[in-house]
Amino acid sequence: MTDNEHEIEQPDERVPKRVIGTPAPGTSMLGAKETVEDADVPGVMIPDEKSARKAEKIVALCFTITFLSAIAFIILYVQIQVGTPESTGQSNLALGGTLTLALLGLAVGITVWVRSIMPKYNLIQERHDLATDETTREEVADTFLQGANESGFVKRPLLRRTLLLASAPLGLLPLVLLRDLDNSKMTGANFNKLLRHTVWAETRKKPMKLIVEGTGQPIRAADFNSPGGILSVVPEGYEHDMNALAKATLILIKFRPEDLKPGTNKNWTHDGIVAYSKICTHVGCPAALYEQTTHHILCPCHQSTFDAADGAKVIFGPAARPLPQLNIGVDAEGFLIAKDDFNVPVGPSYWERGDAEQAAREGSTA
Amino acid sequence: MSELTSVPKAISGPSSFLDDRLGAGNFLKRNLRKIFPDHWTYLLGEVALYSFIILLLTGTFLTLWFKPGMEHVIYDGSYAPLKGVGMSQAYASSLEISFDVRGGLLMRQMHHWAALLFVASMMVHMLRVFFMGAYRKPRELTWLIGVILLTLALAEGLTGYSLPDDLLSGAGLRITEGVAISLPLVGTYITFFLFGGEYPGMDVISRFYSLHILLIPGILLALIGAHVVLTWVQKHTQMPGRGANNHNVVGAPFYPAFMLKAGAMFLFTFALVAGLGTFAQINPIWIFGPYNPADISAGSQPDFYMGFLEGSLRLMPAWEINLFGTAHAGTLPLSVIIPALLPMGIIMTGLALYPFLERWVTGDHRALHVSDRPRNNPHRTSIGMSAIVFYGVLWLLGANDELSANFQISLNVTTYVGRVLVLVGPVLAYIITYRICLGLQRSDAAVIGHGVESGVIKRLPHGEFIEVHTAPIDTVEDSLRAKEPVPMLPVEEDSAGIPPKGMRGPLGKLRAAMSKSYGGEKIPLDDGHGHGHDDDEHAAVGSGDDKSITRH
Amino acid sequence: MTRTTAWRRHPLARYAVLVLALALIGVAYATLVQGSRPADAALASGKLDDVAQGKSLFQAHCSSCHGLSAEGTSTGPTLVGVGAAAVDFQVSSGRMPAANPGAQAPRKPTPRWVNEETTRQLAAYVQSLGGGPTIPSKDQVDPAMGNAAKGGELFRANCIQCHNWGGAGGALTRGKYAPSLNESSPQQIYEAMVTGPQAMPVFNDTTITPQEKRDMIAYITEVRSQRDPGGFGLGRIGPVTEGLVAWVVGISFMALVAIWITAKKRKKS
Repeated sequence: MTDNEHEIEQPDERVPKRVIGTPAPGTSMLGAKETVEDADVPGVMIPDEKSARKAEKIVALCFTITFLSAIAFIILYVQIQVGTPESTGQSNLALGGTLTLALLGLAVGITVWVRSIMPKYNLIQERHDLATDETTREEVADTFLQGANESGFVKRPLLRRTLLLASAPLGLLPLVLLRDLDNSKMTGANFNKLLRHTVWAETRKKPMKLIVEGTGQPIRAADFNSPGGILSVVPEGYEHDMNALAKATLILIKFRPEDLKPGTNKNWTHDGIVAYSKICTHVGCPAALYEQTTHHILCPCHQSTFDAADGAKVIFGPAARPLPQLNIGVDAEGFLIAKDDFNVPVGPSYWERGDAEQAAREGSTA
Repeated sequence: MSELTSVPKAISGPSSFLDDRLGAGNFLKRNLRKIFPDHWTYLLGEVALYSFIILLLTGTFLTLWFKPGMEHVIYDGSYAPLKGVGMSQAYASSLEISFDVRGGLLMRQMHHWAALLFVASMMVHMLRVFFMGAYRKPRELTWLIGVILLTLALAEGLTGYSLPDDLLSGAGLRITEGVAISLPLVGTYITFFLFGGEYPGMDVISRFYSLHILLIPGILLALIGAHVVLTWVQKHTQMPGRGANNHNVVGAPFYPAFMLKAGAMFLFTFALVAGLGTFAQINPIWIFGPYNPADISAGSQPDFYMGFLEGSLRLMPAWEINLFGTAHAGTLPLSVIIPALLPMGIIMTGLALYPFLERWVTGDHRALHVSDRPRNNPHRTSIGMSAIVFYGVLWLLGANDELSANFQISLNVTTYVGRVLVLVGPVLAYIITYRICLGLQRSDAAVIGHGVESGVIKRLPHGEFIEVHTAPIDTVEDSLRAKEPVPMLPVEEDSAGIPPKGMRGPLGKLRAAMSKSYGGEKIPLDDGHGHGHDDDEHAAVGSGDDKSITRH
Repeated sequence: MTRTTAWRRHPLARYAVLVLALALIGVAYATLVQGSRPADAALASGKLDDVAQGKSLFQAHCSSCHGLSAEGTSTGPTLVGVGAAAVDFQVSSGRMPAANPGAQAPRKPTPRWVNEETTRQLAAYVQSLGGGPTIPSKDQVDPAMGNAAKGGELFRANCIQCHNWGGAGGALTRGKYAPSLNESSPQQIYEAMVTGPQAMPVFNDTTITPQEKRDMIAYITEVRSQRDPGGFGLGRIGPVTEGLVAWVVGISFMALVAIWITAKKRKKS
C-alpha cells in the first residue's frame, strides 16, 4: 500500500508521530489514516454537524431505554410479590435489572453527548497564588493585635486565668456524661472479679447439668460413649442467655482413656469425657473445629490450634494460653454436671487478668 | 433547532431572586467556567463520593424498616428455614427487609456493594494521589482529611457490618471485643463502656446504630464537603505536558462539560452498584443464621477492608507477658495488641505524615500543581509499592483459610509463608520498584535522546540498513520534558568541611543522608546515549532530515 | 508408497481412528457393565451369601491397606467395629478405596466395581466383623420428614464450624479439610455423623437422635437447593469472594468508564 522509497525521500512529512506505549505502526498506519484529534490547539473545537447528528440519535435511544426501564420497574414492582427465596429472587432480578438498565442508559447517553455533541475544550486558566500578599497579612496581624488589646484579654490576667479555669471542667462534662455507658458502673479491680467467673459457679449451690446446644437436652455420660465424639454444651437454665453463653459454653470431648495425656487434669474428667471452654483464649471466637484423629481443636477465626488430649495446650497460632478445663462429673441419675466453675478466667486476655494459671497451680499445691 | 439568545424566564427569574439575596452572581461568574483537567485517574475520587451518596440514599431506605434491638424474638416471617427460631430483633428485621419488603433485598445489597466500592475507590484514589505526588503543598490538608476519611470509613464499615446481628457479623463483633479488652489499662473500661457491661449485653447494636447512621456519616459528610471544597478552591492538579505548568490549569470548563462528565460518572457508579446488587449476592444473612456467641462458622471473614487486620491477627505468633507476675494485673496479650494496632498504625500514621516527612527530606516548599509521573520520583514510588505489598500480604493472609480450602494448601504452610512474606515482601518490592523506575526513566531519556522507532527502514549508501528514529509527538515530548529532579537539601559541606546549618548532629546527618539519596536526578533526560548504542544506530534522531541519517 | 500407507496418511484418517477407538471403548464398557449383570441378579435373588461375597470383594479391593481380615496395617486402620454405615459412606462417596495416601482421602468418582449391591455386600462383611453403626433406613434420611428450622439450629451448633454455614466446607490443620456438603446424599450425611469418617468427630444416636439428624438433613438439603435470591451466590462463602468481585468487577468497571469519559476522541481523517 505504501511506497517505502517514497517514504524515505520525504521522511520529515510522512513519517507518523507515534504515541508512546502504542504498538508500533503497521504499514497501513504509515499513510496516517488515523490520527489523534489535535488536542494541543487551545480553544473550543466544535464537532461537525454530521457526526453530532448521528450521536444525537444514539443519545436519544439511550434516554428512551431509561424511560422504558423506569416504567418497567414500576410495573414489575406492582406485579411481583416477595416472600420465598424464589419469588424474592425474581423480584430482585426484575427491579434491579430495570434499575440498572435505566441508570446505564442515562449514563451512556450523557457520555456520548459530552464526547460527540459538545465541543472539545482545551482552555487554559491562570492559577492564582493562594497565599495573600504581605500587606494584607500585616493588616490582619494589626487587626488581631488591636482586638486582643481592646478586649483586655492580655492585660487582665485574672480574667484570662479564670476563663481557662472555667473551660477545663466544662470540657470534661461530655466525657463524664458517658460514664454510665457501662451499666455495671464498675472499676478496674472489679472487672476481674466479674470476668473470672461464669454461671457455672452456681453449680456449687445446686448442681448444674450440661445441656447439649441445639437439642436442649441434658446428657448422660453413658450415652456419650463413642470415642471421637464432640458436643457443644451450655449451662442448664442459660440456654438462651447470650451473656452466659459468651463465657460458659463448653466443648465436651469423648476420649479413649488411654489417649489422654498428662496436660489434662484427669480428676476433672469423667470416663474419658473432658470439658473445655469453647471460647478461644485469643480473641474469643468459639474454638470448635475438632479433629478426632489428631485431637486438634482449631479456632476458625485466627487458627489457634489446641491439643485436646493434652490439656488443650496451644500448638499453633496466636493464642497464648490453653483453653480452660472445667471440672465435670455425673449426678445420681448419670447426667453430666459441672462440679465447679473454671479456676481461671475464660476467653481473651485483659490487663487485670494476671497469670491466673500460675496462681491456680500455686493455689492447688499450697 | 435554534440557539438560545437570551436566558429563559424560568431560569433568569429564580436566579435574580437568589442573586438579590445572596449575591451569587460573583461566585457563578468566577466558577461556572472553572477549568478541570482531563485525566481518567482524576475521576477515581469521584467514585468514592458517589458511592457515599448512594450509601446515604440506600441507607435511609433501610432505616425505615430496620430495628436496632437485641431483644429475643421468635421469627415468624417468610423465610421458611428459620421459622420458629429465636433471634434478635435486629436480625429479624434484617430478614424482613430481605424477604418481606419489595426491593428491600436490592437496597440491602446495593448498600453493601456501595460500601465495598466506597472503601475500594478511596484506596485507589489515595494511591493515585500518592504516586503522583498530589499531596504536596498546597494540598496537605486535603490529604490529611482524606486519611481521616479512610479511617472513618473503616469504622463506618465495621459498625454497619455488625448491625444485622447475624452469625458472621457477630463473629466480627466478638473479635472487636477481644481486641478492645486486650488493650493495656483501658481495655476492660473500653469494652464495658462499648457493650454496656459484659459481652455481648443488650446495647451494642443500638449504640453501633447511632454511630453508623448519625455520628460517623455526619462527620464523613462534613469532611467530604471540606475535601471537595479544598479541591475546588485550589484547582485540580494536572498531568505534565500540553502546555500545563504550575501557574495554569488546562482542561474543560465546569459548565457544561465537566458537570456532565461528573454526572455521567455518578450514573455509572449508581448503575454499577445496582447491577452488582442485582446479579451478585452479597452478605446472605439468611444463610448465616442468627448470632449466638456459642456458634461459629468456618470461613468467617470480615469485609475486605478489615482483611489486613484479620491477616495480621492470624500471622502473629503466640506472645503474651504478665508484667508483674502471678495474680497481679499487668497482662499484655502481645499476640492481640501488636497485630491489631501496629499495621494499622504504620499505614495510617505513615500516610498522614508522608507529605511532611517528604518535605523535611527534600526541603521543597514550592506550591506544586503538576502531577509527578511515578517513575520520576523512584524512592516515593518504591515506598508506596512496599506499603502495598505489606498491606497486600496481610490482606491475603486474612483469607488464608479460604486459600487453603480452595487450593489444597496446608493451612499451617500459608501462615509460615505469610510470616516470612510480610517481612521480606516489602523489601523486595522496594528494590524491584526502584529498579523498574530507573529503567523507565532511562527509556524516557532514550525517547528524548534518540526519538522513537518510526518503523521505516532506510538503506544507507554503503549498504547498511537502519531504522529511522523520529521525534515523539509534541504531547509526549512535553510530558517527558516536564520531568524535574527530585528536590534536595543543600547538603554539601563547605570548603572548611562543615555541613550546612540544620545538617549537623545525628538527626541533621540523617536528614542530609536521606535527602541525598531521596533527591536528585537519577537518570538525566539527555542521558539517552552511552548505554551500548553505536552512534550509527541513533543517527536519525529528530527531524529525520536526510543528512542526519547519513554516516558521520 | 503402498495404497495402505497412502490411506493412512489421508487427512481424515486420524479422525476415523479416533471415532473407532471411542466406539471400541464404548463397546468394551457396555460389555463389562453387561457382564456384571448375571452376578447382580444372582445376588439379588439371594443365591450367594452377602457376607461371603463381601469378603471376597474386601480381599480384592481393600485388604492391601486394611489387612486380609480387616485387622488394619500400617497404611490403613482396622475396620473391626466401624460398622456398615462407615463402609457405605466411604465406598459410595468414592473416598475408599483410596487412590494414594495423603492428609485426607477426597471424594471422587466410584470405581466401576462399586454399585449398590457390591457396597451392600462389603458393608455386610465389615458389619459381621464386630458390629458398629448400620446403614440408615430410607425413612431415617428422608428430608421431607424432617423439620428444617429445628435442624438449622442443630446444624449451626454442631456442623458449621467445620463445614461452613452454607455447607461449602473449610480448612483444617496441616492440609486436612472439611469437605463441601453439596454433593453428599442424605444417606451419606447421616452415615458421616454416626461414623465420624477421617478427622470428623462422631455424633452418635444417643447424643443427637436419629430424628434430630433427619432435621439437619432437611435443613442442609433445603438450603443447598434453594435459589440465591440476590443473584449469583459467589460460592456462598461470604466476604472473600465479595471483596474480589468489588475489586475485579467494581473498580475495573469504574476505571474503564473513567477512561472512556476522558479519552481523546480518535477521528478518521
